[in-house]
Amino acid sequence: MVTQGNALTVRGLRKSYGDVRAVDGLDLEVKTGECFGLLGPNGAGKTTTIEICEGLLERDSGDLEILGMTWEHDAPKLRDRLGIQLQDTQLSDKLTVCETLELFRSFYDQGREVRDVIDLVELGEKTNARVGTLSGGQKQRLAIACAMVGDPDLLFLDEPTTGLDPQSRRQLWGLIEEFKAAGRTILLTTHYMDEAEKLCERVAIVDHGHIIALGSPRELIETIGATVPAPPPRPTAHTLEDVFVALTGRTLRDE
Amino acid sequence: MSERTFMQSSLAQLTLVRFREFIRQPEAVFWTFVFPILLAVGLGLAFRSKAPGKPTVGIIPPKLGVASVPDLGPPWTSLERDSSVVVKAYRDDSAGLRALRTGKIAILVAADSGGKVRYVYDPSRGESFTARLLVDRAIQAGAGRKDPVAVTERKVSEKGSRYIDFVIPGLLGMNLMGSGIWGIGFAIVDQRGKRLLKRFMATPMSRSQYLLSFLLSRLFFLILEVITLLGFGAVAFGVPLRGSLIQLGLICLLSALSFSALGLLIASRAKTVEGVSGLMNFVMMPMWIFSGVFFSSSNFPNVVQPLIKALPLTAVNDALRANMLEGTQITALGLEMAVIVGWLVVSFVAALKLFRWR
Repeated sequence: MVTQGNALTVRGLRKSYGDVRAVDGLDLEVKTGECFGLLGPNGAGKTTTIEICEGLLERDSGDLEILGMTWEHDAPKLRDRLGIQLQDTQLSDKLTVCETLELFRSFYDQGREVRDVIDLVELGEKTNARVGTLSGGQKQRLAIACAMVGDPDLLFLDEPTTGLDPQSRRQLWGLIEEFKAAGRTILLTTHYMDEAEKLCERVAIVDHGHIIALGSPRELIETIGATVPAPPPRPTAHTLEDVFVALTGRTLRDE
Repeated sequence: MSERTFMQSSLAQLTLVRFREFIRQPEAVFWTFVFPILLAVGLGLAFRSKAPGKPTVGIIPPKLGVASVPDLGPPWTSLERDSSVVVKAYRDDSAGLRALRTGKIAILVAADSGGKVRYVYDPSRGESFTARLLVDRAIQAGAGRKDPVAVTERKVSEKGSRYIDFVIPGLLGMNLMGSGIWGIGFAIVDQRGKRLLKRFMATPMSRSQYLLSFLLSRLFFLILEVITLLGFGAVAFGVPLRGSLIQLGLICLLSALSFSALGLLIASRAKTVEGVSGLMNFVMMPMWIFSGVFFSSSNFPNVVQPLIKALPLTAVNDALRANMLEGTQITALGLEMAVIVGWLVVSFVAALKLFRWR
């Protein structure tokens, strides 16, 4: 495999659950330092792909190289360098924000200061609040903080902004931009096309377990523009969300 | 990055999490520490040893209300004077018999024809049987019977033979089982159900440290549980601790480990808290009944005794009682210790084989 400059290389990945082929010959290359978006309808195989990359699921076949390592040979070292946010994790309600992060921090050899990560996701005021008392957006930011506390080289985010209000969403976008600016790599899945357009250098559209389109958001938009009549240009580049944020402000307030 | 302190190590952090989650659940603290004490108090008071009450004797004196008491005649006056019975007078046979039927009196004494005295009682009722002996002794003595043999008496009350002495080791065994199985099983399945176990698997967390943290916190709470319950039993009821305390500690430690391993086995696959609760009750219910917590397991038929003896809680209760009440050395408890350690090894190996980490 030629993997120079790739944080993640996937070749011919397959995974079936009984008769259902969740991932069916998927190829993927994520370059170091980029934010790569995995798009696709529900059930397309995004989460299965990402969980195989995270070492949480066994694959049926295919090659997988992550940060120049493989799950077969370097599992402990790999786990130390990946940051992971899962779609369905519920952190313990009885622990505080700080205790949760101290626990996750203790798993990693190298990592960031718990206090810094709390500030990073703007949960400073909630440092000693129980997780059970946090709002949905705050819980999601804590989950991202848990993914960041090991100072990972590669960050997997599975639908990180689903259910968040526009303020939290934009705050998270800011986090991702910062992380990218530090030369780290991100693989994320999302259902929001504006999010992929804003954050991702390249995106892949997945359906029925394999990739049906790949490129930068601009390139992909142009491929459609070439085959179907272009829609009339929008009067402004603004969206309704810009109006919402302009009216309600950028401050986080998901109390 | 500076050297990490011990408290920043993942074993310390995982164990701390166990403490925090436990003490932040008031209901868990109640069931583990307060409930066994309440149970001991309730049972201790209900079954406290006391002198058997004086039986109440019903009499039908001739011409009641007409003659005064001294005129009643020798049988009745000697009964009235006897301090071991309480005498209650009835107007006629039907009132006396009704009192006897409803258990208000233990025996009915009435005058019969020809100067005889008639006893009406149910000899299968222990109290009535005793009353018959007391009444007869009083009446015969009052009439002049002399005891030909002189006796001396020494009265004893032996600690260790009371119900509370029996039940405190049983409650301790039940508590070791409950907190081992619930404490380990419930917490693990809860984390699995919340996908938190899966999240941990995506970190470099050591799996053995994860399991070890459960055991460490379990052992810490074990010490508290044992001291609370036995201390309470000793101070409030004078329950004896006749055996070696070190050996008692060892029995408790091995029992707690054995039940923790069983809890781990029960929790090895279950995905929901509801599912594992059913499984735990299925495992614990037979032991609550058969293992001699509240009453001796020897009450069950001989055919099932080998099965009962093979249950871990039976072995734990028997070993605890032998140590505390009889002062038996642990070396003489080979069978019980073998059952406890056997369950520990088999459950632990099976649990590790079956355990689903996600």
